[in-house]
Amino acid sequence: MSYLKPLFRHPKLPKNKLGYTQKEYEGSLSTLCAGCGHDSISAAIVQACFEMSVEPHKVAKISGIGCSSKTPTYFLGNSHGFNSVHGRMPSVATGASMANKDMVYFGVSGDGDSASIGMGQFVHVIRRNLNMVYIVMNNGCYGLTKGQDSATADQGSRSKAGSVNPFQAIDLASLAIELGATFVAQSFSGDKQQLVPLIKAAMHHKGFAFLNVISPCVTFNNNPGSTKSYDYVREHIEATSTLDFVPEMPEIKTNYEKGKSTRVAMHDGTLIQLNKLATDWNPEDRVSVANALQHARTKNEILTGLLYVNTEWKDLHGTLSTCSTPLNKLKETDLCPGTEVLKEINAGYR
Amino acid sequence: MKPTNTKDPEYYHKVVDCQYACPAHTPVPEYIRLIAAERFTEAYMVNWESNVFPGVLGRTCDRPCEPACRRVRVEEEPVAICRLKRVAADNKGDVKQHMPQGPFPSNGKRIALIGGGPASLTVARDLAPLGYEIHLFDEQIAGGGMMRSQIPSFRLPEEVLNEEVNFILDLGIHTQFMTYVKSLKEVLEGGYDAVFVGTGAPKGRDLPKLPGRKEGDKNIHIGIEWLAGVAFEHTKSIAQKVIVLGGGNTAMDCCRTSRRLGGKEVKVVVRSPFDEMKASPWEKEDALHEDINIIDNHVPLSFEVKDGKLIGMKFQKVKPVYDENGKRQLLPTEEDDVFIEADEVLIAIGQENSFPWIERNIGLEFDQWGMPVVDEVTFQSTNAKVFFGGDAAFGPKNVITAVAQGHQAAVSIHLFCEGLNVYERPSPYTNLISQKMGIHEWSYDSSVAIDQRYIVPQAKKSQTLKDRKKEVELGFDIATAYKETQRCLNCDVQTVFTEDRCIECDACMDVCPTSCITFTVNAEESELRQNLLVPAENLTQDLLVSKELKTGRVMVKDEDVCLHCGLCAERCPTSAWDMQKFLYSTTKANQMITPLPLIQK
Ligand SMILES: Cc1cc2nc3c(=O)[nH]c(=O)nc-3n(C[C@H](O)[C@H](O)[C@H](O)COP(=O)(O)OP(=O)(O)OC[C@H]3O[C@@H](n4cnc5c(N)ncnc54)[C@H](O)[C@@H]3O)c2cc1C
Ligand SMILES: Cc1ncc(C[n+]2csc(CCOP(=O)(O)OP(=O)(O)O)c2C)c(N)n1
Ligand code: SF4
Ligand code: SF4
Ligand code: SF4
Ligand SMILES: [Mg+2]
Repeated sequence: MSYLKPLFRHPKLPKNKLGYTQKEYEGSLSTLCAGCGHDSISAAIVQACFEMSVEPHKVAKISGIGCSSKTPTYFLGNSHGFNSVHGRMPSVATGASMANKDMVYFGVSGDGDSASIGMGQFVHVIRRNLNMVYIVMNNGCYGLTKGQDSATADQGSRSKAGSVNPFQAIDLASLAIELGATFVAQSFSGDKQQLVPLIKAAMHHKGFAFLNVISPCVTFNNNPGSTKSYDYVREHIEATSTLDFVPEMPEIKTNYEKGKSTRVAMHDGTLIQLNKLATDWNPEDRVSVANALQHARTKNEILTGLLYVNTEWKDLHGTLSTCSTPLNKLKETDLCPGTEVLKEINAGYR
Repeated sequence: MKPTNTKDPEYYHKVVDCQYACPAHTPVPEYIRLIAAERFTEAYMVNWESNVFPGVLGRTCDRPCEPACRRVRVEEEPVAICRLKRVAADNKGDVKQHMPQGPFPSNGKRIALIGGGPASLTVARDLAPLGYEIHLFDEQIAGGGMMRSQIPSFRLPEEVLNEEVNFILDLGIHTQFMTYVKSLKEVLEGGYDAVFVGTGAPKGRDLPKLPGRKEGDKNIHIGIEWLAGVAFEHTKSIAQKVIVLGGGNTAMDCCRTSRRLGGKEVKVVVRSPFDEMKASPWEKEDALHEDINIIDNHVPLSFEVKDGKLIGMKFQKVKPVYDENGKRQLLPTEEDDVFIEADEVLIAIGQENSFPWIERNIGLEFDQWGMPVVDEVTFQSTNAKVFFGGDAAFGPKNVITAVAQGHQAAVSIHLFCEGLNVYERPSPYTNLISQKMGIHEWSYDSSVAIDQRYIVPQAKKSQTLKDRKKEVELGFDIATAYKETQRCLNCDVQTVFTEDRCIECDACMDVCPTSCITFTVNAEESELRQNLLVPAENLTQDLLVSKELKTGRVMVKDEDVCLHCGLCAERCPTSAWDMQKFLYSTTKANQMITPLPLIQK
C-alpha cells in the first residue's frame, strides 16, 4: 500500500492566476477506503480552490469526527485546519470566524457528525448565518465506526448486513431551508461537473452555504437495497438546473431560453447563472424550494443543484455589526479608547 | 474512438518506451528489477536472450532506449539503462549453464555466414541450437567484427568481447578466420542451404581531391583503418600534433586513441557546429575531458606539405545558416582561412559499404548507390538464398541494430530452409501477469524515486592516458546501481482496465498524480485528446480508451506520463484497474522462453 503520492506531476499542468498548479491545493494521500465518495468531494474542493486561485493560507478547514471529517487531511495541504470533536465543528468554526472574518471557512462534516450528535450545533450555526461553506459528506451511515445506519439513512434502505432501516430519514436540505439557511445545495460525489461550480458559488456566498453531498460509502453502504449506493443515486438523481459560475463580470456565451435561466448576483459582484431544468421551482423562493423537495421525496428522487439562495440576509458579523478589521488584528491602541473617551462614556451613565 | 485493442501485442509493447525503442526490444525494466534484486545472472540472461552482447553493449551501446525513457517526460535525465546493463554483466555468475547446450542434433542444413561481426554472430546463435551446421568466414584473426577492430579497448576491454563472442562460437560454429571471401558465387556453389552476408561497412571515406592529399600521404590515415591497425597492434604510436577530421563517434575514438599513443596536441576539426556533431554527447564529453580541442565550423581546404613533409592543414571558417524548414547550410564567414599545425592527420568522416567480392551476375540486384536490394522485413536479397544484415544491409549503424537485424535474418533463413513463406513470421512471445500480491500490494516496487541520474565513476586520467587498454569507465558499484534501478518507472507493468468492473467512482482519476485518467464522453481522437484533464498533446503516445461505461462515458487514459505507480489500481474499489506485467520477446528463430522462471537463485 502506498502512503506517499509520487512527487512528479504532469509537466503541462495548467497554472492559475497565482501561478500555482493543482498540486499546491492537494493534501496527503487518502487513507479512506478505495472508491470512497468522500475522496471525490475532496478532489472537487481541490479543483474549485485551484480554479478560483484561492490563496491557500487564507483558508481554514474545520471538521468533526468521521471518515468525512478526516478528509481535510487529504485536500488543501497548505491551508489551516482544525479536526475538532464529534459534532462540534460549528462552534469551532464560529469561534474562528469571530476572531478572523477574513478567511474562507470550510466546515467538513458527515451525516452522523451533523444529523446525530452535532444536530444542536448544526441548527444554531444556520440560525446565525455564519459565513462559511458547510459540507456534509452524506453516506447514510457511520462509516468510521463500521457502517451503522445514520439519521439520514432512508426508511427502508437495506444495510450491507441485510437489516432494513425502520426510521424516518432526516432531510438535511429541507431542514436547512426550514431554518432559514441562505444558500442550500445538494449534489453527488460522482458528479464533479455539478459539484465544482457549486463549491465555488458557496465560497462566494456571504453567509451560511450548505452543501449536502451524497457520497457513497463503498465499504458499508454500496450494496443493493441501499439508497445511498452509486447505482441507486445515479438512477434517482434529478438535477434542478445546471449552474454556471461567472467569477468576473460576464460576457455570457451561451444563450438560454428566456424564463428558464436565473441570474443571482453575489455580494462580491460575481454572478451565478442557473439554467433551470425543473419547473415549478424558483431558487429564490423558499416555499417553492420546500415544495420541490417534498415532491421529490414522494417520488424517491434526489433533487440536486443549487436549490435555494438568498443574498439579502446579513451574516453573523453583519448582524453583530463587528468592525471591518478582523478582531484578531485589533491592537491595544484600537481596543483601548483612552481616558478621555472613557470619561465621556462613564459620564453617559451618570 | 473505438475501444483500444489491448490484445494486439504492439499496444502494451509501445508503452514500454525503452524496450520499444531498442532495436532488439530488450525487456529493459525486467532486467533492471532483477539487478535491483541482485539477481545479476538472470538479469544477464534476459539481456543475452535478446541482445546477445550484454557486456559489450553495457559499455558501448548507442542507447536509443535512453532518449525514449519515460523519465525524460517528467524530469531531465533518463534512467542509466545502458550502464545498468553493464552491472548485470560485471556481476553475473555462471551464465553459460543457462545457454543452449550443444551438441545439437543436426537438421541436415548448412549455412554460410560471411563476416564475423555482431550481425553474423547473432544469426549463428539463433540458428545453431536448431541443428544448422554453421560456417563463419572472416578476414580478421578472431570474431567480433568492428567490435574488435574499431571500438577501442579503453571503452571495451578485449576480455569482455572475447567472452561474449565465445559464448556463441562454443555452440559449435565452424569458423574460418583470416579468410577473406573473394567470391559470393563460389560460396553459393559450396552447396549451402542459405548464405548470410554480415560484412559490415568496411571502407573509410577519404578526401582524395583535397590538395596535398598525395604529397602528405605518409602522415595521413583513414580513421577506421588506423584504429584497426592500433587494435591489431600494427600501429603503436602517433606524432605529437594530430588533427582528426570529422565529428562522429569514429572521430572521437581516433582522437582519444591518439592521446594514448603519444598525441599531445590533438585537435578534432569538424565542419558542423559543436551541438550538431554526430558524436554522442557523452563521447564528446569524454574527449573534452582528455584535453582534446574540438574546433567546429571549419571546412578543410588543403593538406599543407613542406619539404615533402606534412606540416598541417588549412581550413575555411563557416557559420551555420538555417532556412525556414530548419535546413542547415554552412556559409563562409569571410574571415581569413585558418592554418592548423599537425604532424599527422586522421580522416574520420564516415564509412561506406563495398562489395567488390559479390558478382553482379548471380541474381543479386544492386541499387544505383551500389547497395544490395534487401527486403526491410525479411532481410532477403533478390537471390532467395542470400540474406543480409547489420551494416552490410542498409549502411553503417551500430551493434544493437546489427543484432536486431541478425535475429530477423535468422527467422527468415529458418523459414526459408523449412520451405515456408518468409513473410509469414511467427508472433512475438508475450505474457501478461497480474502483479497483485495483496489487497494493496504489488510484486514490483511501485513507489517513484525522485533521485537524479547517478554518474558512472571513471578511472583517473593520469592512468588511462598511459595505457590504451585501461578501461576508462569503472561501472556502477552495486549500491549505486541499486539506487539507479529505483529510478526506473517499471513501464512494463501495465495499467490494465476492465470496464465491466468499473462503478465510475472517479477514485482513479482523482488520485492519479500525473492526471492520466479522464472519464468523459467519447469523441474522435483529436477532440478527445483535447478534452482530457490535461490535453494529450504528445501524439507519439497512445490513448487507452475503454468500452462505453454505464453512465455513457468512456474511460480514457493518456499513456504519455503515466508513472506506473499503481495508485489507480490501489484506489479502485473493484479492481477495475490492475497492474499487470507485460513481457514481450521479439520473434526469434530459436525462441527461448524467458529464462526467468527456470533459474533458481
Ligand atoms: C570507430 C568506430 C567505433 C564504433 N563504436 C561503436 C559503439 O561504441 N557502439 C556501437 O553500437 N557501434 C559502434 N560502431 C559501429 C559498429 O561497430 C558496427 O555498426 C557494427 O559492428 C556492425 O556490425 P556488423 O555485424 O554489421 O559488421 P562488422 O562489425 O563491421 O563486421 C563485419 C566483419 O566482416 C569482415 N568482412 C568484411 N568483408 C569480408 C569478406 N569479404 N570476407 C571475410 N570477412 C569480411 C570484416 O573484417 C568484419 O570483421 C563503431 C564503428 C566504428 C567504425
Ligand atoms: C463523542 C463521540 N461519540 C461517538 C464517537 C464514535 N464515532 C466516531 S465516528 C462516528 C460517526 C461518524 O459518522 P459520519 O459523521 O457520518 O462520518 P462518516 O464516517 O460516515 O463519514 C461515531 C459515532 C466519537 N468519536 N465521539
Ligand atoms: S522508466 Fe524504466 S521502463 Fe520506463 S522507459 Fe525508463 S527505463 Fe524504461
Ligand atoms: S499508474 Fe495509474 S495512478 Fe499511477 S500514474 Fe499511471 S494511471 Fe496514474
Ligand atoms: S477507481 Fe475503479 S471503479 Fe472507480 S472509476 Fe476508477 S476504475 Fe472505475
Ligand atoms: Mg456518514
